[in-house]
Amino acid sequence: MKLLRAYREKPVRAVPAAAVVLILILLGLLPGMTPPYTTIMVGSVLMYIILSLCWNMFSGATGYISLATAAFFGLGVYASAFLGGTLPLPALMLVGGAAASVLAFLIGLITLRLRGVYFTIFTLGIVKLLEQLILYLEIHFNNTRGRFVVSHSYTEVFYALYVLLILLLAAILIIRRSRFGKALICIAEGEDAAQHIGINATMVKVLAFTISAFAMGAAGAAMATRWSYIDPYIAFNANYSFLPVLMVIFGGSRYLPGPIIGAAIFAYLQELLTTRFPYIYMLAMGLIMIAAILFMPRGILGLIYDGVRKIHKRKEAKADDGS
Amino acid sequence: MTVLEGKGVNKAFGGRKAVDNVDFDVQAHEILGLIGPNGAGKTTLFNLISGAIRPDSGVITYKGTRISGRKPYAICHMGLGRTFQTAKNFPDLTVYQNVRMGATFGKKGVSEADAERITNEVLAFVGLQDAAEKSMKDITLALQKRVEVARALATGPDLLMLDELMAGLNPTEVGEAMALVSRIRDRGVTIVMIEHVMRAIMNMCDRILVLHHGQKIAEGTPAEIAANPTVIEIYLGE
Repeated sequence: MKLLRAYREKPVRAVPAAAVVLILILLGLLPGMTPPYTTIMVGSVLMYIILSLCWNMFSGATGYISLATAAFFGLGVYASAFLGGTLPLPALMLVGGAAASVLAFLIGLITLRLRGVYFTIFTLGIVKLLEQLILYLEIHFNNTRGRFVVSHSYTEVFYALYVLLILLLAAILIIRRSRFGKALICIAEGEDAAQHIGINATMVKVLAFTISAFAMGAAGAAMATRWSYIDPYIAFNANYSFLPVLMVIFGGSRYLPGPIIGAAIFAYLQELLTTRFPYIYMLAMGLIMIAAILFMPRGILGLIYDGVRKIHKRKEAKADDGS
Repeated sequence: MTVLEGKGVNKAFGGRKAVDNVDFDVQAHEILGLIGPNGAGKTTLFNLISGAIRPDSGVITYKGTRISGRKPYAICHMGLGRTFQTAKNFPDLTVYQNVRMGATFGKKGVSEADAERITNEVLAFVGLQDAAEKSMKDITLALQKRVEVARALATGPDLLMLDELMAGLNPTEVGEAMALVSRIRDRGVTIVMIEHVMRAIMNMCDRILVLHHGQKIAEGTPAEIAANPTVIEIYLGE
C-alpha cells in the first residue's frame, strides 16, 4: 500500500472517494431528471471519458503514443452494425470489445518492439487501413457504402456507457494496485532499467494495450446503436484517435482524474462552441489547445496541484516566521 | 568454478567493431575489473552480457546455460544483476520504492511479504534505511548510485555487474563505495566492475581484464596488469 500511495506526487488528496460516488450516483439519475438533449450530450461526454481513460491506461502509463483508438472504436461500431438485432446491447459491447482486443494484441506483438514515432505512425496507419479495407469490401461485395444499425434508445446507450465507465474505473484501480500495474509504472519510469530488474516489458506493454482496447471497442459498439447509420468514415474517424490524446494532455496525464476532467471539459467545450459559435469553433479549439500546452504542460490538474502546493508552502513559511 | 563465460563474442555498430572476438571468464566469488580507455567497448560488453543487445556472434554462458540471445528480464531472473553507467533509477519513486521494485520483479513468484522483507534487508545492508522515504531528486549522486546497487541487489543476483559505480564521487564517497563492494562480495556475490578509479581497481580486484578498441589486450592480477608494457603504453601512461 505504501508503495502506491506515494507513487506519484500527491500534494492534495485526489477527489475524496465519497465525492466520486456522489457524482456517479447523480450521473445515474440524470436521464430521468433532465431533457433528452442533456442525456445525449452527457452520453457523448461519457464516451470521450472512456476513450481518454483507456488511452491513458496504455499511452500515458508507458509513454508509447498510440493513435489506434479510432481503429478499436471503429471495430466496435462494426460489431454492432453486423450483429445488431441478433444480440442484446451488452453482448454487442462484449463482441466489439473482444474484436478490438484481438486487434490490439496482434498490433502489440508486431509493433511494441518499435519505439517512439514509428509506433505512433503505424497505429495511425492501422486506422486508415481498416477504414479503406472495410469501404472496399462493402462496395465490392455488398454494393453499399454504409449500414443501418438496429438502434437502441439514447437512455439505454447512456446506461451502457455508464456501466462501462464504472467497470473501467474499477479495473484501473485494481490494475494500479497489482503487480502488473507496478510493472507499468517501472516501464514509464525507465524501460531499460525495468527490463533489467526482471520485467518482461514487451509482454506487459502488449497486455496493457490489449486491455485498454477492450473498452474502446465496447464504447464503439454502444455508440453505433445510437447513431443508427454508419459508414467507414464515421466509424474510423481519426478524430477518435486525436481527441482523446488532446483531452488527456488537457486534463493531465499523470493523475488518475486527469483524463476524466480533461475529457469532460473538452467535450463540453466542443459541444458549446459547435452549437453557439459554429464559425469560430475550430479556431477557438486550436487556440485553447495551444494555450493549454504552453501554459499548463501538465494539464489542468498539474496547474491546480502546483497552485495548492504553493499556498501550502506559503502557509508553512508564515507558520515558521511566527514561531 | 566458472560462473560466467564468453567465447568469441563480437558486436559491431555500423562497421565499427565495438567488441572484437573477446573471450572472458568470471570465477565464483571473485571481483573482476574491466578497464580500458573510453570507447574501448566495456559498457557494450556489459550490455551483451545483460541481454540489452545481442552479440553478432559468439556464445555467452551463465552457470553453464547459454544466455546470449535471451532477454534482460530472463537473464535477471537467472540471478545476474547490473547497474548502469549513468544511474537509471526510477526518478518519480522514493528510495524505498525503487528497491522494492527490484525485490518484487527480480525473481518469479515473490510475495508482497517477501518483497518487503528483502527491501528492508537490502536497504539496511547498503545503509540507506534512513533515506528510504526520500525522493530520488533529493539525494546526492553517491546515494543515487547506491540506490541503483540496492535495487540490483534486491533482485537477488549471484553475479553483479557494476558500471562505473565510483565515477563522479569524491574521495570519501569512493572509499565508502569500495567498502560496499567488498561487503557485497562477502555476501557471496560475484562482481564484475567497470571502473576508471585506479585506486579502487588495483586494491579490490582479484583479476583485471583490459579492453582496447574492442579487443582484449591483457588479463591478469592487478600486479601483472600494472607491470604490463602494452597496458602502460595505451592506458596507464608512463
